[in-house]
Amino acid sequence: MADTTHDHAHGHDDQHDHKPGFVTRWFFSTNHKDIGTLYLIFAVVGGLVGGVLSEIMRAQLQFPNNHIVTDGQQWNTIITTHGLLMIFFSVMPALIGGFGNWFIPLMIGAPDMAFPRLNNISFWLLPPAFLLICIGLFMGESGSGWTLYPPLSNATYESGMGMDCTLFALHLAGASSLLGAMNFITTIFNMRAPGMTMHKLPLFIWAELVTAWLLVLAVPVLAGAITMLICDRNFGTAFFDPQGGGDPVLFQHLFWFFGHPEVYIMILPGFGIVSHVISTFSKKPIFGYLGMVYAMVGIGVIGFVVWAHHMYLSGMDVDTRAYFMGATMVIAVPTGVKVFSWIATMWGGSIEFKTPMLWAIGFLFVFTIGGVTGVVCANAGIDEVIHNTYYIVAHFHYVLSLGAVFSIFCGFYYWIGKMSGRQYPEFWGKVHFWLFFIGVNLTFFPQHFLGLAGMPRRYPDYPDAFAGWNYVSSVGAYISGISTLVFLYVCFKIFTSKVPVADNYWGEGATTLEWTQTSPPPFHTYAELPRIL
Amino acid sequence: MQLFRRLCAALTLMTMAPLAMPGWGGAFAQVPKPWEIGMQPAANLIKQKIIDLHDLVFWIITLTTIFVAALLVIVMVRFNAKANPIPSKTSHHTGLEIAWTVIPVLLLVIMSIPSFRLIYYQDRTPNPDLTIKVIAHQWYWEYAYPDNGEFSIESRMIRDENLKPGQLRMLDVDNQMVVPVGKNIRILTSSAEVIHSFFVPSLGVQRYAIPGRVIETWFSVDKPGVYYGECNQICGADHSRMPIAVHAVSAQEFKAWTEQTKKAAQADAPAGAQPRLLAATDATANQVQR
Repeated sequence: MADTTHDHAHGHDDQHDHKPGFVTRWFFSTNHKDIGTLYLIFAVVGGLVGGVLSEIMRAQLQFPNNHIVTDGQQWNTIITTHGLLMIFFSVMPALIGGFGNWFIPLMIGAPDMAFPRLNNISFWLLPPAFLLICIGLFMGESGSGWTLYPPLSNATYESGMGMDCTLFALHLAGASSLLGAMNFITTIFNMRAPGMTMHKLPLFIWAELVTAWLLVLAVPVLAGAITMLICDRNFGTAFFDPQGGGDPVLFQHLFWFFGHPEVYIMILPGFGIVSHVISTFSKKPIFGYLGMVYAMVGIGVIGFVVWAHHMYLSGMDVDTRAYFMGATMVIAVPTGVKVFSWIATMWGGSIEFKTPMLWAIGFLFVFTIGGVTGVVCANAGIDEVIHNTYYIVAHFHYVLSLGAVFSIFCGFYYWIGKMSGRQYPEFWGKVHFWLFFIGVNLTFFPQHFLGLAGMPRRYPDYPDAFAGWNYVSSVGAYISGISTLVFLYVCFKIFTSKVPVADNYWGEGATTLEWTQTSPPPFHTYAELPRIL
Repeated sequence: MQLFRRLCAALTLMTMAPLAMPGWGGAFAQVPKPWEIGMQPAANLIKQKIIDLHDLVFWIITLTTIFVAALLVIVMVRFNAKANPIPSKTSHHTGLEIAWTVIPVLLLVIMSIPSFRLIYYQDRTPNPDLTIKVIAHQWYWEYAYPDNGEFSIESRMIRDENLKPGQLRMLDVDNQMVVPVGKNIRILTSSAEVIHSFFVPSLGVQRYAIPGRVIETWFSVDKPGVYYGECNQICGADHSRMPIAVHAVSAQEFKAWTEQTKKAAQADAPAGAQPRLLAATDATANQVQR
């Protein structure tokens, strides 16, 4: 394990900072910052692969009767893999593994995570999971949609090994999330610096805490469901097979009991990041801190009792549908509290429009659109004609592909100087933002129209009447594709930059503990615990 | 808007209908239209109620979005670093916080009253005039008419290479589901293998077709014509190639059609084929669910 002179040189700068050699440092890593970095790199790779798949899909749908992907099964595999990659291998690793690992210890004043070795395995379960899911993709045998509904996902209709690979990939990714979540909860409960009470925790930490609880409670249910599915496929059980007394709808209940909290798992950490960015660049403390905290807790709790709004058409009793409809609409209330509190934080502030702030304001706008269309979808009566149409696709991409991804870039531009010790180029950051903002809105806004007119999702080809808006949508996708290239250029500029940055390069607005450390922080931080007054 | 929709409908009627429906002639066809930005027009009271509720919700959410966007613009103009160099330190305002909790709750209550009414109206019809069983297959629909002589028809998409001039690509089928106008039609959906979804946007009806279950819903059609829909739950390679065409005709025409189709079915099918087919669907239909 070559201990390079470079490492020694750095070690000298950071006084007693001793860094291990390359292999020990990156493959056997127990350092929360290095593991966070690995997660972030992994998320970029996952996002790029998932992004290439979405460009293929938009190219196919640009014109009706297009034959880029001629085989329906292949098409279904592509949409399945796109969904799973973006959720489990891009958004979650970035927001939870990446920023969570980097900034939970730094923000609560802890030297590292509670279980550093657990942290290591939690990351290293992901690359094999990624490989398995790619096997599923290349074998073209996992065409069930990311929701994996049997009977389509059982051995009769997806007979190949590719589907099993995809299911095992989810098992691994799930185990990874579970281990990470336990680590987060333990760290946040037990390793806060003296004086940092729960009601003084930065909002990002609260967000990660609620997310970790959601993971701990939801992921085992998914694990149970896919274990039963794997048994149905390979070991002759019939949990979801009506011919053996099983029930396909049972899978839907189990899947969405996980699946609905999962969407909050993807967005809550983003809430945390956006709160800090808005507060920093408005140079004001967060407005209504306690309201913000308990709105997140409330969203987390309610998120567990609304799952069947994904199943309005599965033949549930009308009274059951009425309940799920009411419960779902309630979520709009804490979400509204958050949006208005963010605006109130900006109100009276002295706002600087640096790149992270652009992403945060962009987040507010797109998340509001995604949120209000969620209210439309919540109405079971309206859902009758928009269920599974492009309206749904537009809705959840506004919340996730726009909302969560905006918050990821927001965090990236906010913290990259802290993490790397090199600042991003402001001009190119803004170019990236504007291209992406225009691109994704152009992609997803017209999909509302397609959905209202009745275009079903997961179609490789469609009636000619839908051609117009699909063309617009594809053009938007190409623009956001170009913006991704700009992002890669931004990364290149950052890592070839020679200009060091100050400890707190955002100035007076940035008040959390990570800004008291050098940029980048030393390999080991908080050898002496900070005291919070 | 309503007038515009009617005009569009009339236009479609004139251009499409004579071509799209050989043999029936001159009827109305409800198809999605290019650059459409709203819902397909209503062909019955269910869809009209859906559109009315959607209009209400649409205005609430649009005004909310405009309100939030306006606040963002105000904040960006009034409180940028140049306009307001010294930030305030306000971080609480109880009145405001109560207001932005209570007002959304009120809006939701306003919305939920028609919403709850709608789902109970949509759920099932108290007095069905006839029942049609919709059995989904990979990748075609089977429509069984138990009340009209125990026959069933299979409905497959017309492939691109077999399209006749005027037929709609990916929408037209060989055998349409024929229903009488103005009657309450009970639909029982089920599936022979994987999950599908029976979806006709202009009739405001959609239910999954799930193997091992029978799910009940209903619709009626106000005026004669063809109403197009599509399978709307991923069901394998040809998911996009099993459209639905519901053809509404007068009661007399419907009666004539059932007699004719029944005879044709008995003549075509090998002995015992039809009863066996229906028996098979009955076996899956062990329980009727709402």
